Amino acid sequence: MADPLVRFAGVRKTYGAGGPAAVQSLDLDIARGELLTLLGPSGSGKTTTLMMLAGFEMPSAGRILLEGRDIARLAPHRRGIGVVFQAYALFPHMSVAENVAFPLSVRGVSRHDQGKRVAKALAMVRLEGLAGRRPAQLSGGQQQRVALARALVFEPPIVLLDEPLGALDKALREEMQLEIRHLHQRLGVTMMYVTHDQAEALTLSDRIAVFEGGRVRQVADPRLLYDRPADAFVAGFVGENNLLPGRIEAREGDECQVRLACGPVVAAQAVDCGGVGEACLVAVRPERVAVAGVTASDLGEGALPAVLIEAIFLGDHVRLRLALGDGGEILAKRPAGIAALPEPGGPAAIAWPEGAAFAFRVPA
Amino acid sequence: MGRGLIWAAGVLVAAFLLAPILAILPLSFSAGSFLFYPLPGLSLRWYRDFFGSDFWLPALWNSLVIGGAAAGLATVLGVPAAFALWRLRGALRAVVLGVVLAPMVVPVIVVAVALLLAFGPVGLVATHAGMIVAHAALGVPFVVVTVLASLEGFDAVQLRAAAACGAGPVRAFLRVCLPQIAPGVAAGAVFAFATSLDEVVVALFIAGPAQRTLPRQMFAGLNDTISLTTAAAAAMLVVVSVVLLLVVGWLRRRAPG
Repeated sequence: MADPLVRFAGVRKTYGAGGPAAVQSLDLDIARGELLTLLGPSGSGKTTTLMMLAGFEMPSAGRILLEGRDIARLAPHRRGIGVVFQAYALFPHMSVAENVAFPLSVRGVSRHDQGKRVAKALAMVRLEGLAGRRPAQLSGGQQQRVALARALVFEPPIVLLDEPLGALDKALREEMQLEIRHLHQRLGVTMMYVTHDQAEALTLSDRIAVFEGGRVRQVADPRLLYDRPADAFVAGFVGENNLLPGRIEAREGDECQVRLACGPVVAAQAVDCGGVGEACLVAVRPERVAVAGVTASDLGEGALPAVLIEAIFLGDHVRLRLALGDGGEILAKRPAGIAALPEPGGPAAIAWPEGAAFAFRVPA
Repeated sequence: MGRGLIWAAGVLVAAFLLAPILAILPLSFSAGSFLFYPLPGLSLRWYRDFFGSDFWLPALWNSLVIGGAAAGLATVLGVPAAFALWRLRGALRAVVLGVVLAPMVVPVIVVAVALLLAFGPVGLVATHAGMIVAHAALGVPFVVVTVLASLEGFDAVQLRAAAACGAGPVRAFLRVCLPQIAPGVAAGAVFAFATSLDEVVVALFIAGPAQRTLPRQMFAGLNDTISLTTAAAAAMLVVVSVVLLLVVGWLRRRAPG
């Protein structure tokens, strides 16, 4: 990436001598104006990475460049980076307006300008009428907006958000996700967002960096991440996936034939797998698995016979659990009410389009 | 039945604790001249005597000045100490806490002798400064304990939030932390003031004639001339102490969490 806003170069973080690394040799760029999400399970190193950029954790090795300047050892209050914390961390003894004005007053902005900029920031997060309230008098969503306004008001080059919606209920969370996305688009401010919720990451992000075990597994835009996961972890973590164990029977460049542990042989794209004879996982998205209540031959070549175990009706779609071969199981997602479905316990046929299956190395 | 017993025991304990204090109060209003019941009559002569005397008034003044200054010094020293202790963890915290709280548990007489020996060579014996420093040392543990208690209710992430807003550590403490723990700080200062107000052992050792505090003067008064002015002085100390306790209670209720 040419001229990134932030660059992590060989950053490593270990706690205590000889302990396991929370972050192992991280190289990651954040482009100007993008919203980059660090996505991963707890303990994957994503929050440690955010804390190192904010200045609350010191990297054990490596450099962190902000606009070309190494800030890895700079005190947090000298970095000029906005941070929104998990539990908001508003100052309870200050009003909403005083909270938002705090970064400005620290910077010696005149009272008059403070007032104007605070009003603008509060309008931005749609809290105009609540300037005089105390944080304790606000709902969770409103507190979140105050925290956002406080992080944005001094126009930092980048705003870091550490699982900011974790404390909100589902409906409010989805509303706030869109609001953050729109705020980002409108202001053009660079954001780094940390979450363990893959749906949230897909909703919000320009790009997503998937973390696991202190390493970045893949950095890509949401669509690419979903359609072309780089390894079995990403395939399983982002969205739903069937991961069927098998062994490679034949391989020719990017194409391979895999004998599944439950019997059938399927074609898959060899993304990150070994050669003939090695174990692998075949990933197929549930929504790409077509199901018909007929014999396999009717779905055309490559269709597999299966038995429907159960169908779960979820309003807009139906989840189908199917027995495949000898002890295998596969999940299919079909839009509700479109096609006739087999009876539970009855024979079915499944198939997926060419290129929908990927073969990955089995994670260690 | 059981409830009645508990009440009876409670009243007895309260009487045991309060009776000596309550006994002295009416005596200060006696029209007679002796520590003696029944009172021969009621008068305010001993209070008039107190406020007209150059034995008692300078002592009251000394108590207020030394108590105020010692409380101020103890607060200035104790608040940062409590803040540092709050951030410390593990064995070091236990050690430092032990050292800071030592004046609370070491017998005051030992402290007094030690202070006399230490102050002698530096010329602090029989000075106001010496009394203030000595009483501040005795008051610091009270400040540390009350401030530590109120810091338990303070969310440390707010200091990070302040730093993310661009505030350095000192400014973050003064503008974000201190306002929230202010009731605890004030309560600690009141405790330190009260400690100085009723302290007599150190005063006996290191106060000169010009630094005699109210309790020190009462001690002298009882030894030389058994005057009921002492009872008036005692009554006023009791009233001040009760007021201070009420202030602490009020501050506690204002504390967050």
